Amino acid sequence: METTVVIPSNLSAAHEAEKALLDAVAQCRYSEAATFAIKLAVEEGMNNAIKHGNRFDAAKKVTLTYKVGQDRTVITIADEGPGFHPSALPDPTADENLEKPTGRGVMLMNAYMDEVAYNDKGNQVRMVKNNT
Amino acid sequence: MDQEHPRLSVTQQGDVTVVKLADRKILDEASIAQIGDRLQGLVDKQPDPRMVLDFSDVGHMSSSALGMLIRLNKRVREKKGRLRLCGIQKPIYEVFVITRLNEIFDITETPDEAVRSLS
Repeated sequence: METTVVIPSNLSAAHEAEKALLDAVAQCRYSEAATFAIKLAVEEGMNNAIKHGNRFDAAKKVTLTYKVGQDRTVITIADEGPGFHPSALPDPTADENLEKPTGRGVMLMNAYMDEVAYNDKGNQVRMVKNNT
Repeated sequence: MDQEHPRLSVTQQGDVTVVKLADRKILDEASIAQIGDRLQGLVDKQPDPRMVLDFSDVGHMSSSALGMLIRLNKRVREKKGRLRLCGIQKPIYEVFVITRLNEIFDITETPDEAVRSLS
C-alpha cells in the first residue's frame, strides 16, 4: 500500500513523517543495514527538500510518498522549489571539498540507496532500497 | 548530564574535556544546531582546547551532523587545540569512510585511548 504525506517546510514535520516510514520498515523486519540506509537517505532527502528546494518557505510543501514491501522500499520526495541539477554538484570527497561543512546529502543518498533518480526539473527524487 | 544540554554528558579528565553524546537519536536534525553551539561554547572557554567526543551511544548520523563536526574541528584547530572522536559504531564509521572524513578526524576506538592521546 502506498502512503503519501504532505508536510509544511519544517524539520519537525519531516521528522514525524520519517518516523512513520521507519515504523513501516520495522514492521517488515528489514535488515539493520537496510534500515540504517533508509533512515539516512530519507532524512537527507527531506532535509534537502526543505532547506534547498523550498528554502524553508512556510507556504511551500514537501510531499513524501512511500511503499514499503517485504523485498524493497520505494520512496519519492518532491518539493515545490525550482529544482537543481544533481550532476552539477561538486564532489564532496574531492580533496578541496573535504573540509566544507555542506554538500554531502546527495552523495550519501546515492551511496546508501540501490536506486536514486531525479525528475528532469530536479525537484523530485525517487529512491529504492532492497531489503538485503 | 550537562546542565545546558541534557543529552550531553560533559566531564573533565585532567585538561581533557570528554563529551558523551548520550542519546541514540541525538544527532537528528533538530538537535544538531543546539549541540554544535554547546560544543563550540566548550571549545571557546579553553585557551588550548582538548576535547573528546564519545559516540558510543550514537546510532544515527546525517550530513548535517558531519557539517557540525567539521565546523567544530576547524574551531579547535584555530585555537591550536585537539579533538578526538571515539566509540563510533561500525555503521556510523562507514559514513565517515564513504565521505572520507575518517581522514580529517582523529578517531580512536575507546574514550580511554582518546583521552590518553591528548594527555
